Amino acid sequence: MEYKISNRLRMGAIIMMVLGLIGVAYGFIDSHHWNEGNIDQYIKAENSHGSHGDTHATEAHGDEHAEAGHAVAKNDDHHGEEAHGGLTHHEEHALHQIHNRPYAALYVGAFFFFMIALGVLAFYAIQYAAQAGWSPVLFRVMEGITSYVLPGGLIVLAIAFAADSHLFVWLKEGVTEVGHENYDKLVAGKSGWLNKTGFFIRGLIFLGGWSLYRYFSRKFSIAQDNASDNKNFKKNFRISAAFLVFYIYTESMMSWDWIMSVDPHWFSTLFGWYVFASMFVSGITVIAMISIYLKSKGLLEFVNDSHIHDLAKFMFGISIFWTYLWFSQFMLIWYSNIPEEVTYFVTRIEHYKLPFFGMLAMNFIFPLLLLMNSDYKRINWFVIMAGIVILCGHYLDVFNWIMPATVVDRWFIGMPEIGAVLLFGGLFLFIVFTALGKAPLLAKQNPFTEESKHFHY
Amino acid sequence: MEASKVIHAIYTDDDVLMSAVKTVKAKKHHIEEIYTPFPVHGLDKAMGLAPTRLAITAFMYGCVGLTVAITMMNFIMIKDWPQDIGGKPSFSYLENLPAFVPIMFELTVFFAAHLMVITFYLRSRMWPFKKAENPDPRTTDDHFLMEIAIHNNESELTSLLQETGAVEINIVDKDEDAH
Repeated sequence: MEYKISNRLRMGAIIMMVLGLIGVAYGFIDSHHWNEGNIDQYIKAENSHGSHGDTHATEAHGDEHAEAGHAVAKNDDHHGEEAHGGLTHHEEHALHQIHNRPYAALYVGAFFFFMIALGVLAFYAIQYAAQAGWSPVLFRVMEGITSYVLPGGLIVLAIAFAADSHLFVWLKEGVTEVGHENYDKLVAGKSGWLNKTGFFIRGLIFLGGWSLYRYFSRKFSIAQDNASDNKNFKKNFRISAAFLVFYIYTESMMSWDWIMSVDPHWFSTLFGWYVFASMFVSGITVIAMISIYLKSKGLLEFVNDSHIHDLAKFMFGISIFWTYLWFSQFMLIWYSNIPEEVTYFVTRIEHYKLPFFGMLAMNFIFPLLLLMNSDYKRINWFVIMAGIVILCGHYLDVFNWIMPATVVDRWFIGMPEIGAVLLFGGLFLFIVFTALGKAPLLAKQNPFTEESKHFHY
Repeated sequence: MEASKVIHAIYTDDDVLMSAVKTVKAKKHHIEEIYTPFPVHGLDKAMGLAPTRLAITAFMYGCVGLTVAITMMNFIMIKDWPQDIGGKPSFSYLENLPAFVPIMFELTVFFAAHLMVITFYLRSRMWPFKKAENPDPRTTDDHFLMEIAIHNNESELTSLLQETGAVEINIVDKDEDAH
């Protein structure tokens, strides 16, 4: 039952990281190809493109929306005016967006894999707090995945630090300074929360809390393996319950900080829950996929089809839960049609039709129809296929959170985006499978392990 | 007629019943019916019953509910008395779809749930004023009853059932008119 990361997997992960790094580097170099000197050529080329015939019209429209809050707040209109270094407003925007893209692409990839690990950590804590009898045979798989929480979270914070105002416009110089050309009254009003120091202190507190729980729960879980009583299990039960309270607050705040604040004028009260649903379903999907992978290697003989069935039920159920939250957020904003709220969806529907509606199909229609049948949830390869669709869908979900605010209509899933997915995907596989090899794959002394082994539906 | 004779074996524990069912099935006897006071997990599989088709009917009822909702809302809100929904007077079903989604969802669930329950009752031959088919009232309390048809193998069956832990074995003439 011992597992060691195979050389092939390790090589694969390293190759992914190298390829990803090349893609990311290409993204940065490519974006700096355009600068204040030649941006007018870029715009000219863009406008002469047949497919971009109407770009200017939609562009102007998009800007108008993005600026709606600004204009109100500033009371002095910059539209059409010559701004920096003889650039028109339009050129300046285009240049910003081009330069933001590699940062945003990197951030989306990093957050997506971090979110998987954090979702699994919450799922794991719930299993302990609920004293679930079906899942202890999967604990070591979950512990393996959660080993990515700390490195993944630090990477996300590091990217946020490096990207600065490329991702978070509220970090622009002078945003809170009355009279400054970047002054934004709405952001200034939020600066008690949205400021650089606060952002990183909070980020480290969130990450510190989650990692501490991860560290101790793993420690007690390993210690339980050779224990003669259930002391470690009881400790784990207690810290899991405490962690869940901490998590539900900090996860919500994390989603405001790390995601919602890229659109600092816009807010949604259920955003934290919506992000939670996304990370939860992605996490459960990855648990199912890794369990099936290890099972196919003959390493998890105590995991039977009923465990996979239960995980697939969660994939199905949480996909619908995600849709419910997504729709609850969307419908109210669509219905009330208040300008400062609805711009969020206007931008997405105008410029992100494919990822926006494609994500809905992948995260709702596909899991709904594929995983509805009870028997299909027990077919391992079928669960893998459904899982791939769900993961791609939730990547797009993260993409739709970050991209519209940073690159507006200049998005594409190209080298920088795929590079980031490969880079962090490789790192994720490397860290997770290395961690899986550090402990026996069965938490053998957990008081519920015997029950879990005999779990059948 | 010989075939109308059945044997009733009574058990007092669901685990004993389950192992008895497995033994009887292993000897290739056909179990007519089992009466239990509560649903016994895995009994249908042990008896070799075909999987239920109730889920398929539920799916179809859900589709009917969805269709009813779409048709109804289209008629009420778009055709018969066009409504300006949320300040968006497009009078198009598709453009106002988000407003109708909750109704579409609720009616899908409503149709699927209610019609599935009714189907379940009918399929189980339970309708108002129906005389209970239950051969022994104790199966509504704490006893389990297995019914096997006798085909010139009365003694063989009796001894087999006795071995499986039946607390009581009765041979009865089945009244075919009851169905």
